[in-house]
Amino acid sequence: MDDLLRIEDELSEEQRLVRDTTSAFVTDKVLPHVGDWFEEGTFPARALAPELGGLGLLGMHLTEYGCAGLDAVSYGVACRELEAGDSGLRSFVSVQGSLAMFPIWKYGSQEQKEQWLPRMASGEAIGCFGLTEPDHGSDPGGMRTTAKRDPSGDWVLNGSKMWITNGSIADVAVVWAQTDDGIRGFVVPTDTKGFSAQEIHRKLSLRASVTAALYFDDMRLPGDAVLPGVRGLKGPLSCLSEARFGILWGAVGAARACLEAAVEYARTRVQFDRPIGSFQLTQQKLAWMYVAVGQAQLTALHLGRLKDAGAITPQQISFGKLANVRAALDTARQARTILGGNGITLEYPVIRHMTNLESVLTYEGTEEIHTLVLGEALTGLPAYR
Amino acid sequence: MNIVVCVKQVPDTATERKLRSDDNTLDRDAADGVVNELDEYAVEEALRLKEAHGGEVTVLTMGPDKAADTIRKALAMGADKAVHLVDDALHGSDALSTSYAMAQTLKKIGFDLVILGSESTDARTGVLAAMLAERLGVAQLTLANKVEVEGSAVTIQRVTDYGYDKVQGSLPAVISVVEKINEPRYPSFKGIMAAKKKPVQKLGAAEAELAADQIGLGAAWSEVTEAAAAPPRAAGTVVKDEGDGGVKTADFLSSKKFI
Ligand SMILES: Cc1cc2nc3c(=O)[nH]c(=O)nc-3n(C[C@H](O)[C@H](O)[C@H](O)COP(=O)(O)OP(=O)(O)OC[C@H]3O[C@@H](n4cnc5c(N)ncnc54)[C@H](O)[C@@H]3O)c2cc1C
Ligand SMILES: Cc1cc2nc3c(=O)[nH]c(=O)nc-3n(C[C@H](O)[C@H](O)[C@H](O)COP(=O)(O)OP(=O)(O)OC[C@H]3O[C@@H](n4cnc5c(N)ncnc54)[C@H](O)[C@@H]3O)c2cc1C
Repeated sequence: MDDLLRIEDELSEEQRLVRDTTSAFVTDKVLPHVGDWFEEGTFPARALAPELGGLGLLGMHLTEYGCAGLDAVSYGVACRELEAGDSGLRSFVSVQGSLAMFPIWKYGSQEQKEQWLPRMASGEAIGCFGLTEPDHGSDPGGMRTTAKRDPSGDWVLNGSKMWITNGSIADVAVVWAQTDDGIRGFVVPTDTKGFSAQEIHRKLSLRASVTAALYFDDMRLPGDAVLPGVRGLKGPLSCLSEARFGILWGAVGAARACLEAAVEYARTRVQFDRPIGSFQLTQQKLAWMYVAVGQAQLTALHLGRLKDAGAITPQQISFGKLANVRAALDTARQARTILGGNGITLEYPVIRHMTNLESVLTYEGTEEIHTLVLGEALTGLPAYR
Repeated sequence: MNIVVCVKQVPDTATERKLRSDDNTLDRDAADGVVNELDEYAVEEALRLKEAHGGEVTVLTMGPDKAADTIRKALAMGADKAVHLVDDALHGSDALSTSYAMAQTLKKIGFDLVILGSESTDARTGVLAAMLAERLGVAQLTLANKVEVEGSAVTIQRVTDYGYDKVQGSLPAVISVVEKINEPRYPSFKGIMAAKKKPVQKLGAAEAELAADQIGLGAAWSEVTEAAAAPPRAAGTVVKDEGDGGVKTADFLSSKKFI
């Protein structure tokens, strides 16, 4: 598809190489199979993780400990190309790099970094991030999981987490819990006694991704399992900002994939003796999607440059997540109509992206919560409660 | 072992390719440039030989400024350094001039082994490896789908219509490879970051000591005087089977001298 706004020309040589490596990997190793993974409700994480790690995709925007140290725009471009494959694939990479590796890298002790980061960067160890609970999603500050210090200096955790990507396949979980000292993060090897995980089935979205509930039953951790560098909700929220930045780029990839499928179909599918792309109604849809994808891409690139300048704010990331995921979902729905009956099958990528994007709309701050963030930014009046 | 891989930037085959209106040469600005696909196999083979035997891999590219992208990709795959032969005077060079310019440069930078893709997707002459070997006075081992180096002996499997020939030569040598030889690696992100710091030496025609009358459009032995788009395919012939379909098909084929 023609890059009408010449946005790709804005990318540096390095960013283009990152793009090409990621999209070649997705084209060769993911697209031929992802429809099957989605249908079967599986994600071959153990097989893919070393390959993703070998390319440098895991923790790509972090430095040292085996991480590639890419700039923010490169990180975004890679997320875009991953999600052009599937939101589940991008979710795996986001969770590993931004939600599990990032807090260890940013707030962890030297020992925690050395123990986990190189193995996570290579894909040998898989991580997950436990913030959401059954009764606390949009309002994580009210979480009920507790960590209490006993006289020996050990931590004892009790509680549960819900909707945890990679939860049942992870080697290490970054778990957030209430302590006497506010919310703290814990680095939890998943073979710790008292830890259990149960995969969530019957999902109709993000099916090529593992989602699980985590349970902590008098789970005892050594005193040095806590992340020393952060206290309070800003710990998990800072991780979410990293991941949301990847999402606002990823959404562009999913949307672009839907638009490309729709354009191809519209040019070749003949009804009433003409390609359906020659009908004005179809062109109206295609043009609308073209504009939506281009605008989302410009937003992503702009925010990437702000992030590289060290100047990005959480409100700006909310803007991007809200705008781009919404645009992607609307694009997917429009594209699906163009494919007619074929639009409801996994022979084409569109309905897969469309249902995936329902998860993307909800996780990492729902559409409503990001709306409230912008509402507060405009009025100065918080409207959450 | 000192290996030089020749890597060419070509217009993306997925985009429409055009000739320049002024001199009928390929318009390299009109399309996105990509690494000539077969050259990626050449880079991969060079990297594998280096990994097995040690040494250094140097990328040699002749092309306009924009070919720097292509060089960076080869460096990101793992090559150690690059030489970029770039000069407006080289524009329009035909295969003979190109092989002259590359051979001169190879003599300057030195090599034990030169590896190339067996042809480029833009010009498709497939003669460069042979011309280079001839100009350099070294063994030519072309169309390899397997390469082995032992001491100073190089053995390849040369792909033929009936299978392969085993061909042996001694270093220094020039090898061209076909696509079945390996599976080129993707440049890893660490490789991409490392490539930024790898040295790329730019050489102009004077620095490479190229004779002005041997390079560029003026030195070319042939000239494109005119080009036209391929005519659209004519409608096919439909043979209606009324019990004699086989005979009619055979008549058609023999009228076209296929049988
Ligand atoms: C596939 C998937 C993977 C996930 N992976 C992870 C993970 O790896 N780690 C993790 O910690 N979490 C994960 N999540 C959880 C996700 O972040 C939460 O689902 C999300 O934060 C919403 O929480 P909830 O589902 O409890 O919905 P709720 O918070 O109960 O929200 C329900 C509805 O109420 C709305 N709402 C809530 N408060 C307000 C308000 N003040 N004003 C207006 N509307 C409001 C919401 O916007 C939403 O529409 C995942 C979720 C999914 C679906
Ligand atoms: C689950 C399912 C069950 C079905 N069951 C049955 C069944 O039992 N029996 C049966 O006969 N059929 C059945 N159908 C077929 C269904 O009726 C067709 O899918 C529908 O008529 C659309 O046809 P199509 O899929 O070929 O799409 P197309 O006709 O190719 O349409 C593709 C797109 O082009 C648009 N388009 C077409 N013409 C124009 C135009 N002139 N101007 C603007 N836009 C245009 C369409 O609106 C659509 O967006 C079923 C379909 C599904 C998905």
